[in-house]
Amino acid sequence: MTPAPEVSDVLVVGASAAGLATAEALRRKGYTGGLTLLGDEAHPPYDRPPLSKHVLSGAWEPERARLRGQDALDGLGARFVLGDPAVSLDPAARGVRTASGTVLRADAVVVATGARPRTLPDQEGLGGVHVLRTVGDAVALRADLLTAERLVVVGDGVLGAEVAATARGLGLDVTLAGPQPAPLAARLGPLVSGLLADLHAGHGVRLRLGAAVLGLTGRDGRVTGVRLDTGDVLPADVVVVALGAVPNTDWLLDSGLLLDNGVVCDARCRAAAGVYAVGDVARWHHEHLGSSLRLENRTNATEQAGVVADNILGADRAYTPVPYFWTDQFDAKLQVFGRLPVDAEVSVVDGDVTARRFVALYRLAGEPVGVLGWNMPKQARLLRQRLLGQAPTPGRARTTA
Amino acid sequence: MKVTVDEDKCCGAGSCVLAAPDVFDQRDEDGVVVLLDPEPAEHLHAAVREAAEVCPAAAILLGERA
Ligand SMILES: Cc1cc2nc3c(=O)[nH]c(=O)nc-3n(C[C@H](O)[C@H](O)[C@H](O)COP(=O)(O)OP(=O)(O)OC[C@H]3O[C@@H](n4cnc5c(N)ncnc54)[C@H](O)[C@@H]3O)c2cc1C
Ligand code: SF4
Repeated sequence: MTPAPEVSDVLVVGASAAGLATAEALRRKGYTGGLTLLGDEAHPPYDRPPLSKHVLSGAWEPERARLRGQDALDGLGARFVLGDPAVSLDPAARGVRTASGTVLRADAVVVATGARPRTLPDQEGLGGVHVLRTVGDAVALRADLLTAERLVVVGDGVLGAEVAATARGLGLDVTLAGPQPAPLAARLGPLVSGLLADLHAGHGVRLRLGAAVLGLTGRDGRVTGVRLDTGDVLPADVVVVALGAVPNTDWLLDSGLLLDNGVVCDARCRAAAGVYAVGDVARWHHEHLGSSLRLENRTNATEQAGVVADNILGADRAYTPVPYFWTDQFDAKLQVFGRLPVDAEVSVVDGDVTARRFVALYRLAGEPVGVLGWNMPKQARLLRQRLLGQAPTPGRARTTA
Repeated sequence: MKVTVDEDKCCGAGSCVLAAPDVFDQRDEDGVVVLLDPEPAEHLHAAVREAAEVCPAAAILLGERA
């Protein structure tokens, strides 16, 4: 593919998974023009999934979560402007102003500013309360866990369940609190979330599920517990709030771009002429599913980046991924492809549930819509390839067509 | 091109296999990446580069080397 002649300068805002992947995809596809990555974090790009797993457990030094070595970054031929957040965007001029007052202009601007954790109203200023999004968060949480005895995790989604498992592995007394009947119930359906609940309980995690968390209790500026709507207070030395994430679009409030729980894009991931969004911050129209979607997972960041890069270079590609995420909790490695609606018909097609090694197929009205692997990654991937169609991005065929 | 993989980082996503099936596979038991060809031929380089970039665990490393 030859670059459209008018694009000779690309500015990517957000220098993490999605931003870096966009830059790399542009170069891989032959783009030779100017390339700038602007990021608010001072660190070179690093990966977030290991934060709740290997970094929190101490198995990895934080350095190991770096996405690329210095050689690879240098080889990209990009300018990195780090530690300087974008504060506004003028889409017509494709100009971005930064906190330090610099204005960067380009022919194409890619918004890759990700998301930040949702918080409880009363957690501000209370010691011992953590969120987990950045490497700094992970280091601070780990330090607190090493001296604490009782952890309460607020939030029964993927991140909460992972933190609970990792902290239990460190020997803490761990309680997982949240409104669902089982961890990840809304994402995985009753069968698999029930197995996850058993897994956690079997490892000694106390599950306080089915109750809404109202807030925190504290003394002398430090957290002492978590208040439930049942009237109970769960005592805690450390609390992790894992209530999901909010897209980082505040800096775009005056841009005129349509914002609705993410930067709203068309099927080509375009928010305005010459302005694209990618990764956790992007909401786009998924043509195959016929609905607008925002995905918060690691593979989406890179797959969407590939499509955005193509479109910047003059292609006209819709982004129609088969969503995928994985999660590691205790000895369970789950791979989830496609959609697992709670009302889907679930059948185990490989392995054995009692052996905790299986692949489950999810069908709606007879049609395969999702595949879940529990400690069977390869078999799950093969089934996904057979039943859920071709991947949109790993497709030499598609990108060279 | 010289390809190395860090099995310890691999999360079993299989994205590398989708991108470059001639060079990567996964172990049956735990899904960890298997490097079929550490020095892939020229015509595979683009696919391997793509595999390294789409790997969600940054587990594939590329070195230049004959
Ligand atoms: C602890 C943790 C564990 C996870 N585990 C998994 C997992 O197991 N599997 C999975 O599939 N996914 C997982 N995810 C999700 C995955 O990490 C995200 O989907 C992915 O990081 C999204 O990449 P992104 O680049 O869109 O956003 P981000 O990674 O959030 O990056 C956005 C970047 O933009 C920066 N930024 C924000 N505002 C500005 C601004 N105004 N100016 C400049 N820069 C700005 C941010 O600081 C950040 O560096 C996990 C996430 C977390 C936090
Ligand atoms: S894409 Fe990366 S994480 Fe997935 S199987 Fe291949 S090497 Fe492992």
